Amino acid sequence: MSDRDDEPKAASGGQARRRFLKGLALAGGAGAAHAALGAWGGKTLSDAFADFFQEHYQRMTEAEVRATIARIERKVQQRYGVSIECDTTPPHEGVLFGYAINVSKCRGYRDCVQACVKENNLSRDTQYIRVIEMDRDSTDLRHGDHYYDHEQVPVEGKYYLPMQCMQCSNPPCVKACPVEATWMEPDGIVVVDYDWCIGCRYCMTACPYQARHFNWGSPDLPAEEINTKTHYLGNRPRPRGVVEKCHFCVQRTRDGRMPACQEACPTGARIFGNLLDPDSEIRYVLQHKAVFRLKEDLGTEPKFWYFRDE
Amino acid sequence: MSESGPGVIRFLLSSLGHLFRGGPLYWAWVILLTAITLAGGWHYYLQLRDGLVVTDMTNQVSWGLYIANFTFLVGVAAAAVMLVVPAYIFHRKDIKDVVLMGDTMAIAAVTMAILFVVVDLGRPDRFWHLIPGIGRFNFPESMLAWDVIVLNGYLLLNVGISFYIVYNHYRDRVPKESRYFPWVLLAIFWAISIHTVTAFLYSANSARPYWHNALLAPRFIASAFASGPALMAIGLQLIRKVSDYPIRQSVIDHLALVAAIALQVTLFFILAELFTEFYNEGEHAASARYLFFGLDGHTALMPWIWTAVALLAVALLILMIHPLRRHPVYMNVAFVLTVIGVWIEKGMGLVIPGFVPTPIGEIYEYSPSMTEIMVSLGIWAFGLLLFTLLAKAALPIQCEFLKRMREAERVQLEDADIPKPEGDSYAAGRVRA
Repeated sequence: MSDRDDEPKAASGGQARRRFLKGLALAGGAGAAHAALGAWGGKTLSDAFADFFQEHYQRMTEAEVRATIARIERKVQQRYGVSIECDTTPPHEGVLFGYAINVSKCRGYRDCVQACVKENNLSRDTQYIRVIEMDRDSTDLRHGDHYYDHEQVPVEGKYYLPMQCMQCSNPPCVKACPVEATWMEPDGIVVVDYDWCIGCRYCMTACPYQARHFNWGSPDLPAEEINTKTHYLGNRPRPRGVVEKCHFCVQRTRDGRMPACQEACPTGARIFGNLLDPDSEIRYVLQHKAVFRLKEDLGTEPKFWYFRDE
Repeated sequence: MSESGPGVIRFLLSSLGHLFRGGPLYWAWVILLTAITLAGGWHYYLQLRDGLVVTDMTNQVSWGLYIANFTFLVGVAAAAVMLVVPAYIFHRKDIKDVVLMGDTMAIAAVTMAILFVVVDLGRPDRFWHLIPGIGRFNFPESMLAWDVIVLNGYLLLNVGISFYIVYNHYRDRVPKESRYFPWVLLAIFWAISIHTVTAFLYSANSARPYWHNALLAPRFIASAFASGPALMAIGLQLIRKVSDYPIRQSVIDHLALVAAIALQVTLFFILAELFTEFYNEGEHAASARYLFFGLDGHTALMPWIWTAVALLAVALLILMIHPLRRHPVYMNVAFVLTVIGVWIEKGMGLVIPGFVPTPIGEIYEYSPSMTEIMVSLGIWAFGLLLFTLLAKAALPIQCEFLKRMREAERVQLEDADIPKPEGDSYAAGRVRA
């Protein structure tokens, strides 16, 4: 985390506060040390304390990150009986992710939606991607069908518009969050610290693309289908009562892989890549196609474009 | 707020003592409110246990009855200035006698508003993330961070000022104006700020055209200055009925007049908004169309908003006609209609339609679940209980003090052998029982 490398710049108040919290956590832990083997809400008491006092991800020291990751992996093991690997791969220098969708090629199969659900350990009632079935003669989202359910797609006279988080460069959701639980990483991905979010949902109110999803109940995640390769800021299993969103498959893309939705698309409608690499396919699209973005008038500067084949 | 020590403790104990002295009506009221509060608490426990899934909120309409109540109550709290300004700036003695009740109502209303935000949180256990210094506070970017500051600040200001004044009255001292007036002045601006910031919370969202307009904050203030004084007038009349606290009719008349003017402005603002939405109707008007006329066959909010419009129109009619406004029954009918009308207009008429349709055109028809209704009732009961207990503790001290003041003034006047002044002074003689 480059933000974490900047740690020494943090005000000394932060340090004092951390000592204070540690003191509290230690006091609680010591008092219960002999009982720590017992379960407390399915966790050990010391884990419960550590959860409660967990630091904001950007302010954790390396040691705190290690302890937190170990605890996260332990909790998933306890809850689902699955051992996951939760990594914290930082953004790479010189990388800024962007996405472009070829509307002419999308045929509304929703393979991207399904792949995303599996890859990202989504609650089975949540989808980061929605494909809207639009009338050929309209660009009005309100008259599109968000929940089309046909025997066969594409349907005559319709076109298909996939939407997900636009990873805005000027994200209204980040501005809205009262506790800085969501922010834009240096590689352009807007992420959420699920362990810092207080669940006020103001970011959902602020987002013009309906890209944020709240865990109203406990996520419905079948243990046998858990993707065990996870990232702290990405697809690790989420707690109840917090907001989540598409993160361009941070657990894959920071390892040089494509997002699951891109890989799943059978028609090649999805172009993903590094906007800072002049030889990337996405740069080619931006330079040679008549691209457009949704709700550009709001000034959110999405890093998510659409184009059509001429 | 100088002296501390045994004086303060004795004061607190004696105030606490007053809470246990009351007739059967008082006890019935307290027990009723406590029971409703506990019922609400039980439903909140169930919500904590099962998650916010027990509400009717969804990813489409992600704020509901809780935030609607929050918005309304911030307005009520702000409206305390309608007593504070005439009392301290224009030195209306009749109002100064009761201004403390305005502060008390503000304290209860802000407390309720804060509770409504707390019950809306998905992770209330992480509240400490909001505490500046310990948590991580997105100030000044987030309007919600602003709201946390202004609401808690307003609560502190009102508690501080009320405490200082009541404590001094308890010690039989005239509170030093130089001590408290700067804080009162600050509280006046602060009151306007709490409702302005709350309006900005909504109008900041360019994604939601129904809220995204500059009229929203003025509209909030105008409607709050109708509902707040109406609620206060009802409360003051009830206090007058059940205690011997001297509350003059001139105070009630003042509040009725304020409500009348604020209602006119409110209805004018609503009209101005409707014209702009519908004259050249575009996508930006979808929420307003949904609210007032229904959208694509979805009409859930129509009965609400037309009820609100009807209630406010009738209330305005009563308050604008001089003999009706002064009629004890009609006046109170108008107050009740105003409170209910503005409550609907701020909640089902403003918060909910902002989410329908969503920015990408989905329609979800929200109506609060039983859990939301019970938790909300619980918070209202708790707020009323808080107001009752604060008033119960402070009123005897106030009554004593006012009696002594009046006695002292009468003696002075008689000594000076000058005619009794007319109108609203302490010495103006008998107080309506």
